[in-house]
Amino acid sequence: MELKQIENLLDKYFESETSIAEERELKAYFASQDVAPHLEQYRPMFGYFPQSGTQQFSKTVPLKPGKQKKYVAWLSVAASVVVLFGMFTFFNNSRPSAGQELGTYNDPEVAFRETQKALDMLSKNVNTGVNSMEYIHKYEETRTTIFKH
Amino acid sequence: MNQSEFIKTITPFKDRLFRLAKRLLVSTEEAEDATQEVLVRLWNNREKLKSYSSVEALAVTITKNYCLDQLKSKRATEMRIVHSNYSDRQAGLLQQAEDRDSWDWVEKIIDRLPEQQKLIVQLRDIEEYEFEEIAKIMDMNETAVRVALSRARKTIREELKKLHSYGIKAN
Repeated sequence: MELKQIENLLDKYFESETSIAEERELKAYFASQDVAPHLEQYRPMFGYFPQSGTQQFSKTVPLKPGKQKKYVAWLSVAASVVVLFGMFTFFNNSRPSAGQELGTYNDPEVAFRETQKALDMLSKNVNTGVNSMEYIHKYEETRTTIFKH
Repeated sequence: MNQSEFIKTITPFKDRLFRLAKRLLVSTEEAEDATQEVLVRLWNNREKLKSYSSVEALAVTITKNYCLDQLKSKRATEMRIVHSNYSDRQAGLLQQAEDRDSWDWVEKIIDRLPEQQKLIVQLRDIEEYEFEEIAKIMDMNETAVRVALSRARKTIREELKKLHSYGIKAN
């Protein structure tokens, strides 16, 4: 190609008025062996562009089917409903059954006797504890007799 | 849209997305992550893709915005992108080594351009999009795209001129 033409194209190129086809011509010219010496400075530029366009994306893209997301969301909703329902039934059933087993008396006489019996048992157990404390008095007595003199 | 249809749609331009991401993020790993993220986003919205006239333009726009966001959040946390992509030289002919060296220079020069110009150079000079498409992706009018591109190309030219005459002329 004539040098004049290339120079013209270059002028247009730097004003961004060249078409893609004309830019390809320039790239082809600068890729050839005989570049005019005064245009040598443009060679790296037009050599770089095609070379830079050869890089490739080598990584694979993880393409998960998108429906899985919705499925997981619904699964968690279902799970929480089950847990809530379980807690509700558990508390509803366990409370009345515990209350029923305590038992009650209808006759006040019987109730009185039973209460006395229960209190008796309680005081007896308390007294066994007190009995074992009895001999502390003895210890106290001996201490006073020793330290008085 | 099923998996094979989706892959057929993205295959023609996924490398372009990667190169665009790399232009902005510089690091190969980060560009790969960004591309992956964009493609997964497209996949998640695959039912809506049919309503777009050009999935490619949409993908490029998403990539652009995603990378700019990434850069913004990086700057907010005062982190610098560490990269070591420049020095991948192999033994070879002297001419080849020289070429690769000067390509590195071009890459560095482009790297110093403002983001908008970087994007436009990438889209026009490397990916060869028409001005109309670039205007749509960049959300600018065509004249503004041309002006920015012309500015970017001239900057590259000036920087290369400086390098070319380095040591010959005093600054």
